[in-house]
Amino acid sequence: MSTPLYQLRDLKVSFPDLAHKPLFGAAPRTEVLKGLTFDVAKGDVLGIVGGSGSGKSTLGRAMIRLLKPDSGSILFEGTEIAQLGEDALRPLRKRFQMIFQDPMSSLNPRRRVGGIIAGPLSLQGFDDIPRRVDDALEMVGLPKSFAARYPHELSGGQRQRVGIARAIALKPDFILADEIVSGLDVSSQAQVLNLLEQLVRDLGLTLAFVSHDLSVIRRLCSRILVLHHGEIVENAATADLFSNPQADYTRTLLDAIPLPDPDQIWA
Amino acid sequence: MSYLTIKDLTVRLKNGAPLLRKVSLAVNSGEVRALVGESGAGKSMIGKAVLGILPRAAKLTGGEILLDGEDLLRLPPKARRAKIGAKVALIPQDPLTALNPSRRVGPQITDRLVDILGWKRETAEARAVELLDEVHIQSPERVMRSYPHELSGGMRQRILIASAFAAEPKLIIADEPTTALDVTVQKQILKLIREMQERHDTALLFVTHDLGVVSKISQSLTVLYAGKVIEETDVRTFFAAPKHAYSRALLAATPKYTDPDGSLMPVPDSIISEVEQEVAAFDAQLTR
Repeated sequence: MSTPLYQLRDLKVSFPDLAHKPLFGAAPRTEVLKGLTFDVAKGDVLGIVGGSGSGKSTLGRAMIRLLKPDSGSILFEGTEIAQLGEDALRPLRKRFQMIFQDPMSSLNPRRRVGGIIAGPLSLQGFDDIPRRVDDALEMVGLPKSFAARYPHELSGGQRQRVGIARAIALKPDFILADEIVSGLDVSSQAQVLNLLEQLVRDLGLTLAFVSHDLSVIRRLCSRILVLHHGEIVENAATADLFSNPQADYTRTLLDAIPLPDPDQIWA
Repeated sequence: MSYLTIKDLTVRLKNGAPLLRKVSLAVNSGEVRALVGESGAGKSMIGKAVLGILPRAAKLTGGEILLDGEDLLRLPPKARRAKIGAKVALIPQDPLTALNPSRRVGPQITDRLVDILGWKRETAEARAVELLDEVHIQSPERVMRSYPHELSGGMRQRILIASAFAAEPKLIIADEPTTALDVTVQKQILKLIREMQERHDTALLFVTHDLGVVSKISQSLTVLYAGKVIEETDVRTFFAAPKHAYSRALLAATPKYTDPDGSLMPVPDSIISEVEQEVAAFDAQLTR
């Protein structure tokens, strides 16, 4: 087997707890990730699931180095990136991309869709940008004419497609999708998930999909990592997790999902 | 006799574009009715019309809103506001924006008791403590003195539920009260709303886009598309066999982890155009 895309070993992240900061001196630190160890293979679609405050978004952000871990190691294709400085990270930046939860606040309201997608491309020195923008729009199922529109002219689902187009335009090796369907209604949610499923198949993306809702990721993800209070309580293949959840917390999460079925017993 | 009866309610934008198209529905005391639809279907607009807080750009152009048999729209504005204030309450979507960040929680609950019902501050405070206890908040006295940012999302939503029930309203409008919460907290909050609603025998209009939530909270539902009622039935009949093709498509789009291949299917374009045609035909009939 080839080297995994990501190897994380004993990853720890903490934040200063400003509510308990003394008048002088440093604030005490709250440990958010308490030593996580796992691998992500190329082509994996990893679901990261947990309640609010479980550290799932923090983990995603540490993986693409939007924040710096306290200790532990993150090997990206065998290269240690956990403590790299911003200059050393810059050439790697185009290899991981992020799709955000709220498409309205993550798209610049004063730029047209074409410009939004072209932004990271020109920053990273890509050539042939107009063609890449067209390709990206086509891949997410939006007509080319959308390049001339502003974000406020689009529906929630269409805006989220623009976010996806911006991420895949760079042909990244890894994409972090953080709660990207939780703001959408059911039909757009289904559309965006189906689109991601298709892109994973066609482009061989490696994806981490952060969500609090296990039900939306069953079909998309190949592996699922369940976080609780900053620790991994379960790391299993999707089918195994649903058929035979090991951790109590996983069962709690599954039981809390409201199925569209009035006969489901909700103890 | 239903507590709330809405008849042929029509709301239009200033330019005449319809937001609600002759919507009729009824909610009995002790009943939970869900309003379901995609974004833009007008489900929140119905709640706003009942509460008399339609956005400036929207105008109520026809219909009746009967509260306990009395048409709100025929009352003079002052009497109308007094009636709505005393009988109807709202559980809003986002508990953080609904609470004033610079005030302690306690006075935000007691305000409506003092302002609307004319209670003394001390009596209102005692009642607020009782209510916080009723929504299962431990050490209510301490929470009364807290600021919203010191509390978790679930706690804040519990406080808004307590404050909605404070003045013993007969009707509560809940506008997607659990969308901002994670699944385990959502479950607790839904059970709490149901418990409070049953205990106080309140009529509840529950706005949501999630049919999973509908099946847990309500006895009846109204499906909307583009401000028009598409289907109206009780929950058991609906989930056994939705009548309208659009309702079936909406159900197929709802995530269901026990059926990964039969759920999360986007509403097909053919169904959208079918229901669009139906709406257009309805409009044509009205103007004829």
